[in-house]
This record gives sequence, structure tokens and C-alpha cells, in this order.
Amino acid sequence: MSPFLLFLAAGAEAAEKGGLPQLDASTYPSQLFWLTVTFLSLYLAMNFIFLPRLGGIIEQRRNRIADDLDQAAELKSQAEEAEKAYNQALADARAKANAIAAETKAEIDSEIAAEQEKIDQKLNARLAEAETRIAAMKKSATAKVSEAAEDTTAALVEILIDEKPDQGVLKDAIAKATP
Amino acid sequence: MTLLTAIMLAGPMEQFEIMQIIPFHVGNLDLSFTNSALWMVIGVVAISVFMFMATRRLSLVPGRTQSAGESIYIFIADMLRGVAGSEGMKFFPYIFTLFMFIFASNLLGLWPSIPGTPAEWHTFTPTSHLIVTFALGMVTFTLVVVYGFYKNGLGFLKLFVPSGVPILMLPLITLIEIVSFLSRPISLGIRLFANMLAGHLILKIFATFVASLLVAGPWALLSILPFMGNVAVLLLELLIAFLQAYVFAILSCIYINDAIHPSH
Repeated sequence: MSPFLLFLAAGAEAAEKGGLPQLDASTYPSQLFWLTVTFLSLYLAMNFIFLPRLGGIIEQRRNRIADDLDQAAELKSQAEEAEKAYNQALADARAKANAIAAETKAEIDSEIAAEQEKIDQKLNARLAEAETRIAAMKKSATAKVSEAAEDTTAALVEILIDEKPDQGVLKDAIAKATP
Repeated sequence: MTLLTAIMLAGPMEQFEIMQIIPFHVGNLDLSFTNSALWMVIGVVAISVFMFMATRRLSLVPGRTQSAGESIYIFIADMLRGVAGSEGMKFFPYIFTLFMFIFASNLLGLWPSIPGTPAEWHTFTPTSHLIVTFALGMVTFTLVVVYGFYKNGLGFLKLFVPSGVPILMLPLITLIEIVSFLSRPISLGIRLFANMLAGHLILKIFATFVASLLVAGPWALLSILPFMGNVAVLLLELLIAFLQAYVFAILSCIYINDAIHPSH
């Protein structure tokens, strides 16, 4: 027997049994009653338990994220401020350091100059002292030389002419002879 | 063999039959607990278990189930807010429940029945019955009408009188608007019901083909074709289960938007 005939037979049998079960009005009260019971209880559970809980956590997360973003923005501005302050402090410190360095340098320079001056004065004083000493020594040396020359000349003259020369004449002659 | 003959003997409409499980009468009304009621309860329990798991240990860094729950929450909330604005969010629990209920019903009904169990225990799709889908449509419709008049008073009637229409056309347009408004719960109900009905019918017909071919001697080799067809249809039906729940929910959002902002 062809399967298609079988199927057709089954279909025909179903049709004979009487149309759509969906149109059997005697089942409507029961279906409507249980639909009301189940749908209403699901609605109540959703409305009072599940949806507020689920919605609450979603809301909470949204707030949390918004809060976190706000906080991040605040922290960022704080960081920027801190950076600005840091740069300012750095610039101030640098300027201060430069000022101190310049001041110190000037101080040291003036100290060096003063020290130099002192040393120069000391040296000059010693130089002058030495010069006067040299001059004195030169003078005494010259005096001694002319004395020696007088003595020598007197001795020579005495030997040559066997006569003691006059002291005044000798002096004049020597003065004439020395340039 | 008994399984195959059972498949062949069952008519394609038998899967939609309502069967009593626990009889329950109030006066003349038959409110018995049926296979349809059983699968509504299973659906609601499944959703509740899922939602319970999703909200059991709430944390700012969600776990897997919480993440899934939040995704659905945000999906529905965005849909409703996008269509009906933030004022529409007071209907969020309703739209969420509606979507989950329809989706669970559509999806669980695609689960294969355990072979050999009594017919009352076979899987069943409550949304394959027009009365259920129509009732859900009527809930949306009633919400729209009640909230529309409550919020806008008679201004709600502006919904039926589009602005910028020539005065001669106005009566006709208004009539059309009223008819289309009144047909909304019907179209909502029939769209969902018909999709479920058609899907399950096709699945059943393909299954009958497979069974018939298997007992038809050499024809049995061909049975792989309707079997593959059934696999494809089942995949399609999984998509449709979601899609129809989504369509029902978003149309409800659109209608609720009419109640909030009636002027076109």
C-alpha cells in the first residue's frame, strides 16, 4: 500500500472525527481560567520580585559606572592641578637656585677681590721696604767704596811720593775721577 | 511498530486536543486542570526558575544566568521605551510577562513527547489555541482602551481622526481606523495561533510521512527525506517561537503607545 494513501486515510479519519479542537467551546472556560491563574501569578512575581531586583542591579551598575567616571574625571583634574603645581614649584626652585648661585658667585668674587687686594698691598709694602733697604745698602756701599778708594789712593800716593796727601785734595780728586 | 502505527493513526489535529487531567467544576463551569493548563504551569514554573536563578545572587559583575536575565530585561525595556517612550515603561512588567509567557509556551511545545506516555502527558502548546491567544490580545486591547480614556479622556478618540485628511475623506478614514482598531485583538490572536497551528501541523505531517514510509517495504529508504525536512522545520519553528513572541510583544507596545499619544 502506498504511504501516500495511508497518509490520506489518516487525514480523512481525523477530518471525520470532527474539526479543530480549537473550536470546541466547551474547553474555553478551563483554558481561560488557567490562563488567568498562570499569567497573573507570573505577572505578580515579575512585578513584585524579579523585575525590581533585576532592574535594581542594572540601575546600580549604571550609577556605579557614572560615579566611577565622575571620580575618574575629578582625579584627572586633580592630577593636572598637581602637575601644574609641581611645574610651578620646579620653576620657582630653579629660579631660586639660579639666584642663590649668582649671589654666591658675586660674594665669592668680591671675597677673592678683597683677598687679592690685601695680598697686593702686603706685597707692595714688602717691595717698597726691600727697595729702601736696597737703596740704603747701595748708599752705604757707595760710601764704603769711596772710603776704600780714598784709603787706597792715599796708600798709593804715600808709597809713590812717600808723602801723606792732604785729605781734602784727595777727596776732590776722587770725586772728579768717579763718574 | 506500535510507535509507528500510533504516529500513523493519530490525526494531525489530535495533538491539539484538550484533555482533562484533574477534573474541577465550579457550578456549571468546567475549569478542569487539562494538558493545556499543565503546560501553562510548566512554562510559568520554568520562567520563574530562570528568573529566580538570574536574581538569586545579584552582583555588579553578573554571572551567566544573571547576564542572560539582564539581556532579556534590557531587550524588552529598550523595545518598549523605543516604541512608547519612557511613559510606556509603567507597562514594562506586563510586556515582559507577556513576552516570556508566550515565548515559553511556544518553545516548550516544540519539545518532543516521551514515546509511550499517555496522551495527556504529551507536550502541548497552549498558544496553539485561539481562545488563549485571543484572550492575551484582549488584555492588551483592554489595557489600551482603559488607559487611553483614563489618560486622555475623550481626547483618546483623536486616535480615530487622523489630522491632515481632506474633510470629504474623513468619515471613511475614521470608519477604517475604528475597524482596524477593533480588529487588533483578533489579529494579534489569530497571528500567533495560526503560526503555532501551522508549525505543529507541518511537523506532524512530516512525521506521518516518515512513519508511513518506514513500514512500506523498499520505500523505507526514502524516509530520510521527510525526516530531514522535519529537522529543518523544527529549526524554523524554534525561530518562529521567538519571533511570534517578539511580534506579539512589540505590537502590544505599539498599541500602548497609541493610548499614551493618541494624536497621530
